[in-house]
Amino acid sequence: MATKLRTFDVKAQPGFGTVAMICFFMLYLPIAILVIYAFNAGENIAIWEGLSLRWFVSAWHNDTVQEAAFRSLFLATVASTIATVVAAMAAIATTRTPPYRGLTFKYAMINQPLMVPEIVTAVSLLIVFSRFKVWTGYNGLGYMVLAHTAFCIPFAYLPIRARLENMDLTLERAAADLYATPWQAFRRVTLPLLVPGIIAGFMLAFVISLDDVVITEFVKSGGQETLPTYMLGQLRRTVTPEINAIATVFLALSVLLVTLFYLVNRKKT
Amino acid sequence: MSDAARIAEEARRADIRTRWWLTAPALFILFIAAVGPLFVVLLFSLMVKGDYGDVKYWQFSTDGWFSVFFERDIFDDTVGLAQAHMEILWRSVKLSLITTLLTLLVGFPTAYYISIQPPKKRDLLVFMITIPFWTNILIRTFAMQEVIRNEGVINTLLIWAGFIERPIQIMYTDWAIFFGMVYVYLPLMVLPLYASMEKIDFRLVEAGYDLYAGRFQVLRRVIIPLVKPGIVAGSILVFIPSLGAYVTPRVLGGGKNLMLGNLIDLQFGQGKNWPLGAALSITLLVIVTVALLVYVRNASRQGGGHGH
Repeated sequence: MATKLRTFDVKAQPGFGTVAMICFFMLYLPIAILVIYAFNAGENIAIWEGLSLRWFVSAWHNDTVQEAAFRSLFLATVASTIATVVAAMAAIATTRTPPYRGLTFKYAMINQPLMVPEIVTAVSLLIVFSRFKVWTGYNGLGYMVLAHTAFCIPFAYLPIRARLENMDLTLERAAADLYATPWQAFRRVTLPLLVPGIIAGFMLAFVISLDDVVITEFVKSGGQETLPTYMLGQLRRTVTPEINAIATVFLALSVLLVTLFYLVNRKKT
Repeated sequence: MSDAARIAEEARRADIRTRWWLTAPALFILFIAAVGPLFVVLLFSLMVKGDYGDVKYWQFSTDGWFSVFFERDIFDDTVGLAQAHMEILWRSVKLSLITTLLTLLVGFPTAYYISIQPPKKRDLLVFMITIPFWTNILIRTFAMQEVIRNEGVINTLLIWAGFIERPIQIMYTDWAIFFGMVYVYLPLMVLPLYASMEKIDFRLVEAGYDLYAGRFQVLRRVIIPLVKPGIVAGSILVFIPSLGAYVTPRVLGGGKNLMLGNLIDLQFGQGKNWPLGAALSITLLVIVTVALLVYVRNASRQGGGHGH
């Protein structure tokens, strides 16, 4: 008699789809509002007065913003470059080996920045660097570079290590059989195979450095605002859509980097 | 020992030595800008506070630790529990716990829904979770502020619909911090949950239905036990940063509703009590470490099914 067979979906759970939709809506609604109001013509971030690019223009002509943006980019570039180089060396030294004494210690050291709450690291660096600043009289960007490099290391390390763990030693052994020196084998075999991991690690480190607020806020000396610390300072005052415009550009940059990261990682497989 | 064995042994030693040289730069940077300073914090928590911030060097005292938990009455010198600190500690723990709970309640169905989609759609949805995850926390907090402020979307909509006449004050309350943290940390819950749901063997679910289990029973008796490592990982990943949150309570809590992170900050700013700030930092670090240890134990009992 039954002409209509209701198929039974083993995987489905009632209501889960709805919750998921609400979740995505919740995640994107605030960001969407933020971006829309960046294009507001009015002075106020609550009242819509028509479409305009004036706040992007005004942010661009704001010297403090420009300076902070360049400082952020400079810092992220330098810190993530150093972090990637030392993390790649560390990754090579901690993978594809039988366990040796000190290996666990190395893992613990490298992953340490991931385990400690940011505010604690920030405070500890404030204490130590404020001493250094008095002793040496040096107040420059070096402290920020050092701090950023340190917390970027685990983020650069993880993808490189993951890449290495999927490579066995056969190719390097083949190179050695063909009389390549260890350096030649590294330069011609290991390094080219490692490139996707290195790029992924560098990009992760770059985004992490660019996004950092808390540690930078505590380590910076006077006049060393980065874009996030500048924004944090501004949020305390009555804000104009200029801050939305800055946030929108920042957001666009992050999305771009994440997309690139995905594409690089996809090519690998 | 034969020559061959000796040569092999020497080669192994040389290899390990090279490996130490290769790790040295990373370890050096981490030592001076991550691990080392933590020991300095511990040392500072045991020194006498300086008059204008900083500490009096090599004059030791337990005052910093004492004032984490207790306070001395100014008039009669009696010792009582530090009311303000207890309140902030309790607020931090309470807000972190309910944030973890709500992100779990929303994140679980979401991650499950993503995991049962066809591959193409699944990748896209995971990518959509990843984007907010990599967006600056400050930008996301600011975006939340736009939603919950008095002139924000929620209040405007409610007034327009006639439910309320004047805006509900959400900003600068514990609710604001709560909403902000849920919003900011939600991706941290969804991603590990998804990672363990992706691996569900649906033959087990099918077997559950064959044995006359209902949807809910299958969920409770089959799916949840299977993804428990993901639940634990997600909860830890949300709970830990919530407990140490600084930016979200500072922006949305407006300087009155402090959390532990802001209390620590205060001691190094206006409070000018570095030993207390240092002791509070160590307290936070200890709580976080305990939470992590619980996680590691749990993960290893599950056979270390995921990641680290």
